[in-house]
Amino acid sequence: MKALVWMGKKKVEVQTVSDPAILLPRDCIVKITSTAICGSDIHLYDGVIPTLEKGDILGHEFMGEVIEVGKQVKRIKAGDRVVVPFTISCGRCTHCLRQQFSACDNTNPNWHIAETLLGFPSAGMFGYAHMTGGYAGGQAQYARVPHADTGLLKIENDLPDEKVLFLSDIFPTGYMAAENCQIVPGQSVVAVWGCGPVGQFAIRSAFLLGAAKVIAIDSVPERRALAGKAGAITLDSGDDVMEELKALTGGRGPDASIDAVGMEAHGSAYDEFKQALKLETDRPYALRQAMRCTRKAGVVSVPGVYGGFLDKIPFGAAMNKGLTFKMGQTHMQKYMGPLLKLIEDGKIDPSVIITHRLPLSEAPEAYPMFTKKTDGCIKVVLDPAA
Amino acid sequence: MPYATHPSTPSSSSVLPGEDTDGSAPADVASPGISVPGNRGIKVVRAITIREKPETLYAFWRNVSNLPRIVNHPVTILPRTALESRWLVSAPAGRKMEWNAIIINDEPGQLIAWRTTADADVANAGSIRFAPAPGDEGTEVTVSLEYNPPAGKLGAAVAKLTRDSAGSQVYDALRRFKALMEAGEIPTTYGQPVGGPQREKAREHRP
Repeated sequence: MKALVWMGKKKVEVQTVSDPAILLPRDCIVKITSTAICGSDIHLYDGVIPTLEKGDILGHEFMGEVIEVGKQVKRIKAGDRVVVPFTISCGRCTHCLRQQFSACDNTNPNWHIAETLLGFPSAGMFGYAHMTGGYAGGQAQYARVPHADTGLLKIENDLPDEKVLFLSDIFPTGYMAAENCQIVPGQSVVAVWGCGPVGQFAIRSAFLLGAAKVIAIDSVPERRALAGKAGAITLDSGDDVMEELKALTGGRGPDASIDAVGMEAHGSAYDEFKQALKLETDRPYALRQAMRCTRKAGVVSVPGVYGGFLDKIPFGAAMNKGLTFKMGQTHMQKYMGPLLKLIEDGKIDPSVIITHRLPLSEAPEAYPMFTKKTDGCIKVVLDPAA
Repeated sequence: MPYATHPSTPSSSSVLPGEDTDGSAPADVASPGISVPGNRGIKVVRAITIREKPETLYAFWRNVSNLPRIVNHPVTILPRTALESRWLVSAPAGRKMEWNAIIINDEPGQLIAWRTTADADVANAGSIRFAPAPGDEGTEVTVSLEYNPPAGKLGAAVAKLTRDSAGSQVYDALRRFKALMEAGEIPTTYGQPVGGPQREKAREHRP
């Protein structure tokens, strides 16, 4: 089959690799019909996520048709149309039973790497370096999906792929970020740093949960425009964000802030320099700003991905203001079903963020375009058959 | 060779097998961790919590024929009697380490303790305990292992093999045990598609 392979910093190529096979009795094989490039793939592309290796197949937002199931798969059948969550969860450990699916104990075969770096291992994830299991990703024509019965969301309507594809990651991720804000309907003001795909879903989810006002911050005009269409007030990250936020909230500051930017924020030469010299693994510019700007006793919600060690974190602001931090990889299986219902009911159309539809063969060109945000690029969907 | 779980032995202990052929095991051994002479051994303690009943976990471990499934290292375990088994463990440079392990304490659902007999290449003693965790967390499984690396060339090989890894090998076995008991399978990516240059590497490695 054809698959997109990481071959070093800012270098990806489409290679012919072997087709995936069932390796364990709870696996299934999915023939991929649509797959997307995620903002977090940029961290991989840029080489800032530890434990990625040359030859790894990327991609964790995909859907398709089940063509084969292992002996122990009961709920899923060949022929099912499915969306695959980016996290792999066993469904039977304590964390899964508590719906903390991304903390699953039993799906990361590289627990020793993860424990060295993180203390305890996270769940396995598709196409996201060896720290999260080293599973081959879904920017490919086929994928092996472990624990099919726990993970897969069946699509039993005739909605096109592009309306349901983002249930694989970014819609649930934006939604969980908004839910973590503990929004009081009709009252809470939420500020969102980053109007990329996750930020867009966080903004829309905050409104669905009843936020009185959402303020969206980004440096890219077309991303601000898309946030504006969802009803957000927008700020340019070049503005004096603190003063603007105070002015928009009667001097209180936002009740909750969402960092939908993560480890490669722009705006701080200090961090870009330190990250380049490997003195710092992450560039937490958006997180610092969010910590300063959030109202006293407010919430900072972090769906943006961080990989390692952060510098100059204003912990004094967090402590003295009594902030609550909520974060984590998304507990996908908890959200996919209810969010599918919102799409079916017409409450949200996830496809509005798509700017580019390309064949998989053009993914090597799509990565730099998405990274540099050229050509108005917000979201790329790839067709593996082309 | 099939190996039945030993029928509930009288709990608590000091019951040592009569068929201990080399006669070296002192008859008063009642607790684990004391077979390495002079307290000079290297000690490792690792624990994990598994969402399963202590009795089920105990039963799996008590049948030593199950253990190669969870030890992520080439090992052959040949049961000899209800209490004794022969272990053959591969070491660097094509060597093999061998020992007889004998169960010296067997409390169904709670504890299994073992020690090696006198001819062991690597004298070791250990125990695995199964204790209820708080609330609905499951069972806390704790392995204590103490071993005495031998002298000489084999000793050097053993030291190389175990210096950093005895603890991680014990822990690795516990993680695999947990995955098998909870999820029904031990996660792996071996055999999945990979791009170059890993394709070439994958062909060279692995059993």
